[in-house]
Amino acid sequence: MSCEQYMIRQISLFSENKPGRLAAMAKACQEENVNILAFSIAEAEGFGVIRALVDKPDAAFKKLTSMGFNVAFTHVIAVEMKDEPGGLFEIASKLSDAGINIEYSYAFSGKNKAILILRVDQVEQAIRLLHSHKFALIASESIQ
Amino acid sequence: MRCWDPRIEEMPVADLRKLQFKLLKTLVYRVYSFSSFYHKRMKEAGVHPDDINSLEDITKLPYMYKKDLRDTYPDGLIMSEQEELVRYHVSSGTTGKPTVVGYTKNDIYNWSESLARALTSAGLGRGDVMQVSYGYGLFTGGLGLHYGAERIGATVLPTSVGNTERQIELMQDLRVTAIACTPSYLLHMGEVAEKMGVSIKNDTLLRKAIVGAEPWSEQMRLRIKESLGVDAYDIYGTSELSGPLFCECEYQQGFHVWADLIYPEILDPDSQKPLPPGERGELVVTMLQKDGLPIVRYRTGDITAIREEPCPCGRTHPRLERLSGRVDDMLIIRGINVFPSQIEHALLGIPEVAEHFMIEIDRKGALDEMLIRVELAKEAFSDKISDLMRTRRHVEKVLKSSLNVQVSVELTEPGTLPRFEGKAKRVIDKRLI
Repeated sequence: MSCEQYMIRQISLFSENKPGRLAAMAKACQEENVNILAFSIAEAEGFGVIRALVDKPDAAFKKLTSMGFNVAFTHVIAVEMKDEPGGLFEIASKLSDAGINIEYSYAFSGKNKAILILRVDQVEQAIRLLHSHKFALIASESIQ
Repeated sequence: MRCWDPRIEEMPVADLRKLQFKLLKTLVYRVYSFSSFYHKRMKEAGVHPDDINSLEDITKLPYMYKKDLRDTYPDGLIMSEQEELVRYHVSSGTTGKPTVVGYTKNDIYNWSESLARALTSAGLGRGDVMQVSYGYGLFTGGLGLHYGAERIGATVLPTSVGNTERQIELMQDLRVTAIACTPSYLLHMGEVAEKMGVSIKNDTLLRKAIVGAEPWSEQMRLRIKESLGVDAYDIYGTSELSGPLFCECEYQQGFHVWADLIYPEILDPDSQKPLPPGERGELVVTMLQKDGLPIVRYRTGDITAIREEPCPCGRTHPRLERLSGRVDDMLIIRGINVFPSQIEHALLGIPEVAEHFMIEIDRKGALDEMLIRVELAKEAFSDKISDLMRTRRHVEKVLKSSLNVQVSVELTEPGTLPRFEGKAKRVIDKRLI
């Protein structure tokens, strides 16, 4: 199994914590016809990081960089999660048993399933582990 | 006691001027003969000690700048042999290089004598217990006041800065009657005392405070009097001149500058021409009896005015009015001098941030707080909040060690801070003083 296909490029933006920054980012995506599949905002004192999974990461990167944003790509993995009690535990406990640390994570729950997006310290090990436990990983080309 | 040294302090003005001229003449001969720095400067200006034939002739002499102290670091301006020096003090410089002041035994004597006269004029003396809450160490405030207060026979409590609750306990237990500190620290002590259930006004014997080392105002004097029941006296001095030297007498109408120790001039900051008494301009100082580090026509950068009319206290020496600002961009944060150029210099050494910055100063409670906004460099962006927090702490640490004062840093997006062409306006000072 090639792990690469399951490494999804997430874009991350450095943003000051003030009104209008998310709107500016969202407007730029709209203008480039970039669809945001999932996103989260992490905040610290005075600043934050906007993280997003988009369908056209290169177009988004180019546009946002040209606007002066500090943008970076980070590899994350996305895994289908049962949308029922215990769904998150199932995944988190597997990772924890293997000593893999989740640096951050966000999730969304759609019509038929829930998706968990994970940033872990050992990406390849996590992909192999989840794969071996028959979890459905989202391939990057299916969304990007 | 009314005067510490009545013979000098009440000397008729004409005699004082004669004495000043004699001291100036000697000083000019000495620096011309023994200081390579002053010798060269005087040669360049085409002036010889023989050209100084009256006090007014002082204007023929070249100026000396803070930059000269920096350029001659560590001891190029110190005229005495090292074995003649009994102490060094060091203050932070404008671009990382500090300023070193060397003192001979005589310099320490005159410095203490100046403060002995000053403290006596503020009504202090034997029987007083004086808490010195200025920093002790390389900063001149603590040791300066310490020696001055001991000279007049006061009992000194050398608490230095920090550990405010302990300071208040000691103030009560040892029946402190006077304190020397920054005005904002005094107000801060008042607040801390209140939280401890102590009223400085009612539960302590504190009645006088010798405050300075940062800008303050008449409104603050009233606030100190109302909330703490303490009379605050303004004090002035900078490390280049020795340290704190002069404070207000009991009439609180400007501080007496001892004419046998200092010859002050006031310059129009724009035209560089001398200004008459009563007009505000840059204070230029000649120290008439300083040996270790001679000071001739030093541009202090402080803005004030000279008052020559007689003081109701009977002292014949001129007074300087409360300082009303700086001719340069120097900031005073918690008593520490900070130049924006120091921040610029420090930021150049930190690859994680760009060189643009803005400074915001505020007074939270009674303490100055300095916030520095810097742009995060593209290469330094990490998706992880903990990395960004680490970067911010790193910048704070580097700035703190270079400025000697606590700073908070805010990371901003690249390209968002103002760019300046010509004179930069990087400082937003929100302090109400």
